[in-house]
Amino acid sequence: MSTEAEAQVERKEVQAEDHPVAPFIRMDRMPHIWCPTCGIGTVVKCYATALDNLKIDLDKVVIVSGIGCTGRVAGYMNLDAFHTTHGRAVPFATGLKLGRPELNVTVFSGDGDLSGIGGNHFIHSARRHTDILVILVNNFIYAMTGGQNAPTTPLEAISSTMPYGNFEPPFNLPHLAASCGASYVARWTALHIRRVTKAFEEALVRKGFRFIEIIAPCSTLYARRNKLGTGLNLMQFYHDNAEIQHGVDTRDIDIAFQEKIVCGKFVDDEEQTTFIENMHAHYERVLGDKYVPMPPEGGWIHE
Amino acid sequence: MKTDPAGVLTGAHYLDGDFAAGEGVMAASCRFVAGYPITPSTEVVERISRRFPMMGGTFIQMEDEMASMAAVVGASWTGTKAMTVTSGPGFSLMMENIGLAAMMETPCVVVNVQRGGPSTGLPTMTGQADMMQARWGSHGDYELISMSPKSPQEAFDLMIDAFNLSEIYRVPVMFMMDECVGHMTEKVIIPPAEEIEIVPRKLTEKKPEDYWPYELNSSDDIPEFARAGDGYRFHSTGLTHDYRGYPEMSAECQWNCVGHLVDKIRNNADDIVRFEEEDTKGADVVVVTYGITARVARLGIEMARKKGIKVGVIRLIIVWPFPEKRIRELAGKVKGFVVPEINYGQVILEVERCAAGRAQAIGVPHPGGGVHDPNTIFEAIVGAAK
Repeated sequence: MSTEAEAQVERKEVQAEDHPVAPFIRMDRMPHIWCPTCGIGTVVKCYATALDNLKIDLDKVVIVSGIGCTGRVAGYMNLDAFHTTHGRAVPFATGLKLGRPELNVTVFSGDGDLSGIGGNHFIHSARRHTDILVILVNNFIYAMTGGQNAPTTPLEAISSTMPYGNFEPPFNLPHLAASCGASYVARWTALHIRRVTKAFEEALVRKGFRFIEIIAPCSTLYARRNKLGTGLNLMQFYHDNAEIQHGVDTRDIDIAFQEKIVCGKFVDDEEQTTFIENMHAHYERVLGDKYVPMPPEGGWIHE
Repeated sequence: MKTDPAGVLTGAHYLDGDFAAGEGVMAASCRFVAGYPITPSTEVVERISRRFPMMGGTFIQMEDEMASMAAVVGASWTGTKAMTVTSGPGFSLMMENIGLAAMMETPCVVVNVQRGGPSTGLPTMTGQADMMQARWGSHGDYELISMSPKSPQEAFDLMIDAFNLSEIYRVPVMFMMDECVGHMTEKVIIPPAEEIEIVPRKLTEKKPEDYWPYELNSSDDIPEFARAGDGYRFHSTGLTHDYRGYPEMSAECQWNCVGHLVDKIRNNADDIVRFEEEDTKGADVVVVTYGITARVARLGIEMARKKGIKVGVIRLIIVWPFPEKRIRELAGKVKGFVVPEINYGQVILEVERCAAGRAQAIGVPHPGGGVHDPNTIFEAIVGAAK
């Protein structure tokens, strides 16, 4: 009897209520590939919220990713979006920006993609003041391929290719970006949702090479191999160990294994001029009236 | 449509092949060039970087060839015609994003002024040994278009066609010069802008809500293009993708995706192939040649003709796709083919395949660093006529 009665109970339908950022996401591609408790989804939500809050023309916002877990972000954003080759998101974005200067270009990728295989493009793009926003989700390893050592793996941390612990000193990425000429440099963790969103809102409308690092250790491979618990434990760790120090000297913010993570906005140079502005100013000075700049809509031809 | 006159330096000039190719780039309305210096190709971008600021073009010297090629693919997605220039070692580095351009169906042009290889090889001396790399140097299956000019004039003329073909078929076009053509100086006539026809980007007229970036619904089987920044909100990826541009990891999707990349060139090969044919009717021997070697072979051919051998010539202008139909036809009529090229035998493999044993194919290999001694070509013709 009880079985029959239970069968007749109508389950309450979950109402199809749109997520607040659904218009910014390709909902036809959900569910995404990221693991439960991964920080990347949180960062995507912050990016979408920032776009929403800014009320900027989304038709002109283009997002470019490389390869890896964070490299999948472009594929889920409801924008003009390119999922490119490993490490080459920054130069691809450079071409987009120079081919149509009115675009607002974001590179959204991971630490291995941008600072490992793409490290040379990263530093040269910062040096040139290429006008792009680079969002780097740092999960401390190569996660898509199974948790190998990355240029960001903290000393002593275990990865699949450093099974006895990492002995290679990692990059201090905000310092790398700042010393190469980035106009905006910040670091937050995936716990700092409001601050990450605010950083995106600021950086999306700044000029030049803007760099935001989001610390989000891979909860599946990094946390498990290093016995750091679950995603919830990671959040607790950020809560207890993230230390906000705006404007601090970026030389002092290396990340050591399970020690404090210095967060904040370290560089915000609103006066910096971009590659395109420098090119225009220079050619106008040396070539005068002969200089014909590429129009904002690009150097394309049409009937 | 007519090209943008701002980039056309109409008149008679005395230019080397690199400069002439650069003039072709500008005359084709290309307005984005990314490059990295490498001998013997650098003069192409030196020419462009000097003149680009006066015509609304942007040149950027990137940090390496991987970046150059990636920037070209990115720029092309804005609708701005884009290209890059390199030589062997840089060509190797570009292969990664040439594959991306093939996969994303991105129109662009890559100039390779060939030098001796492998590796650093002979930086300042000629070669034709990147012909197979031009065809399939990036991993996976795809088909591209490769062309090989024989003179500075042809470097200019053919460059216009390179951009046009890249637009029509949405492929990267490999512009395979050799150092000899790149550094030889000859008369180059640049016509008035109104005589230069260019193919504009095939933009979609659909509304954004009806548009998918890789949907094949037009008669020519080439997807319609949307520029980044026009509100179409499309996605493009280097992953195997469906008509929506969405990744799909399945053998079925791979069939559709890769099949299309290959078929759009193979099925249209009759329209794309281009070669000059001379005296093949009744010929005993046909010399199949391209680039500088086509000119070096002239003397060997004339020597053989004086000996009474009937020699025909097929000069490949577009090397890939290969004119296999014509070679098959000739294979039933001639005694042999002679294929001189500045490598150890690359295009000859295709000649042999098409001849299918019905005529012999004799190669005249040369490792690079110079051109053939015409006597070697003459001797090969004599051998093939036996």
